[in-house]
Amino acid sequence: MSARRIFAYPARLAALAPYLWMVLFFLVPFGFVLKISLSQTAIAQPPYLPVFDLTQGFGAIKAAFAALSLDNFRLLVSDNLYVSSYLRSLVVAAFSTSILLVIGYPIAYGMARLPRKWQGVAMMLVIVPFWTSFLIRIYAWINILQHDGLLNKVLVALHLVSTPVVWLSTDSAMYLGIVYSYLPFMILPLYATLAKMEPALLEAASDLGSSPRQAFWLVTFPLSLPGVGAGVLLCFIPIVGEFVIPDLLAGSDSMMIGQTLWLEFFTNKDWPVASAAAVVLLVLLVVPLTLYDRLQRRQFEGAR
Amino acid sequence: MTEDVAKAAEEADSSKTESPAAATADIPLLRIDAVVKKFGPFSAVDRLSLDIRAGEFFALLGPSGCGKTTLLRMLAGFETPDGGRILLDGKDIAQVLPHQRPVNMMFQNYALFPHLSARDNIAFGLKRAGMPRPQINTRVAELVALVKLEGLEKRRPDQLSGGQKQRVALARSLARRPKVLLLDEPLAALDKKLRESTQLELMELQRRLGTTFIIVTHDQEEAMTVADRIGVMDAGRLEQVATPRELYEAPRSRWIAEFVGDINLFEGQVGSREASRLAISTQDAGTIMVAEPRQPITKAVVCVAIRPEKIKLSRRGPVSDAVNAHAINRLEGIVTDVSYLGGLTTYKVKLDSGAVLRSSMANTARLDTDAYSASQRVVAWFTPDDCVVLEQ
Repeated sequence: MSARRIFAYPARLAALAPYLWMVLFFLVPFGFVLKISLSQTAIAQPPYLPVFDLTQGFGAIKAAFAALSLDNFRLLVSDNLYVSSYLRSLVVAAFSTSILLVIGYPIAYGMARLPRKWQGVAMMLVIVPFWTSFLIRIYAWINILQHDGLLNKVLVALHLVSTPVVWLSTDSAMYLGIVYSYLPFMILPLYATLAKMEPALLEAASDLGSSPRQAFWLVTFPLSLPGVGAGVLLCFIPIVGEFVIPDLLAGSDSMMIGQTLWLEFFTNKDWPVASAAAVVLLVLLVVPLTLYDRLQRRQFEGAR
Repeated sequence: MTEDVAKAAEEADSSKTESPAAATADIPLLRIDAVVKKFGPFSAVDRLSLDIRAGEFFALLGPSGCGKTTLLRMLAGFETPDGGRILLDGKDIAQVLPHQRPVNMMFQNYALFPHLSARDNIAFGLKRAGMPRPQINTRVAELVALVKLEGLEKRRPDQLSGGQKQRVALARSLARRPKVLLLDEPLAALDKKLRESTQLELMELQRRLGTTFIIVTHDQEEAMTVADRIGVMDAGRLEQVATPRELYEAPRSRWIAEFVGDINLFEGQVGSREASRLAISTQDAGTIMVAEPRQPITKAVVCVAIRPEKIKLSRRGPVSDAVNAHAINRLEGIVTDVSYLGGLTTYKVKLDSGAVLRSSMANTARLDTDAYSASQRVVAWFTPDDCVVLEQ
């Protein structure tokens, strides 16, 4: 009993570490952002009011609290720019994630079916692009896609098109960039679930009268759903907030929320509105996720 | 002699083979004809032929890597033979895909679908067969009762114990009423007590359903308990196909004799022959009198095999009223090892030649004042009929 207690104390401390991390590096900064989102923009340093000044005593803090307002959030809802940015972000993320799933699943499936010794090689091939900076790879795509770039040269040489096609600054280029960049994040969790699946399960399905296609849809796919969920989340959430790829590859006529945030923060210097936009984005992502998680847990417990 | 025992063994076993389902057992249900399976240069199954009758409980026994599982997987359709035919009801099914065979398999680690309830696991094959829902419900209820799983239908595999999983797997593999049920080490994951009771249930179930069962096992006790006939495999070939008793009392080769149970082996030269007795002169145990085998011996050097329980120990040698006292084999030595195992006690006796003889005797009396102890000098004796002569 006493021996257990000796081990239990540091173990509890270790369990505390992630919470501490979350509080220090997520909740506290988020508190700052939330506070700024309730402030008013001002030509000052920092560029917003009111600022909590602890040296002025409790009264000043109380006054600062009273000065907080929801104006920035009202602006977000009333201005079409923000609403359409959110919508575009969600649409782009949803569409890209679907493409990623459709491309990533067969690749992960194929990897999991490779002989053991080749699986490591395949895994390396998936990860190898990470060895080059993300930005350089996106610039490389600009090179390939530009007016006299590699793609157009090949297309013209093959007589598939007579004049170079405009690729850059289109949604196609953006989707290409997103799918290219996020593919490993889709493949790896899928591969992990597919690789650990017992081959005997497929044999059992086949033994009990399933054709290979039925066996896939009745056994492999349902069992890979946790991997699908992980891959979808790993791609969807960062894509919603993606800034670099749409900024470099897409046209400038419509913006994703990441670009709008950038614009507010750095071009307009309107930190309060930018912060409000960030808060809304977080709520937009976290609330449905939490609901989904709770629903899934309830279903799981219902099965028991 | 070997053949005599074989015949006697067959008769003794007849009650087992003549089960009601075996009445129509003349035509083989399954004929495996010169089947070959190669993995690269290695022959896992090497021109193996075997007939299995309808309603039979057949065991494939062998050490790991002997090809028994490969053979079973070819019957299920997971491996395609490189040569030979597999005839089921006269039709060659060697190339038929697994999902189109009237054969089902119970997998070694059960291979239950983890995302489906016990009920849905059992119903899986019925749904694929396109059975209407009410009939599926009836059939599943029937199977659940058959394997005594009432009340657990809604549980998922990870909420079941090992024994319960084994039952779900059995019910699932029986659901489609297969012509042949293949069982791949079905009880290997259970603990000893549960395994023994499950073996009996499996036999009872097989007798009730009359389905042909083929079980693969490396556990000879299990094979001897459940099976009507056993095929012993080694290196891709069948070494012997026989009833459990025949396998034990009349092994065909030295390898079988050593693989199935314990045995004492003495190599020796065939000597004089008198009144259906052969004298074999061995280096380790002197001259041993054996009953003459029905098949004439062709080799000069043979092996005499005696099971430990056939060797009795006594302080003075066999009592004189034993029949043919002059033909009884007597060996003298010193007890070196006594292992009390409950039902029986095994002894190691070091003969004067230096060879070690193993003997086991049933502990029929609770208070055994006559037990032998280490370093005691004893006489080990056995009759000519207790010996098996092995030529290979």
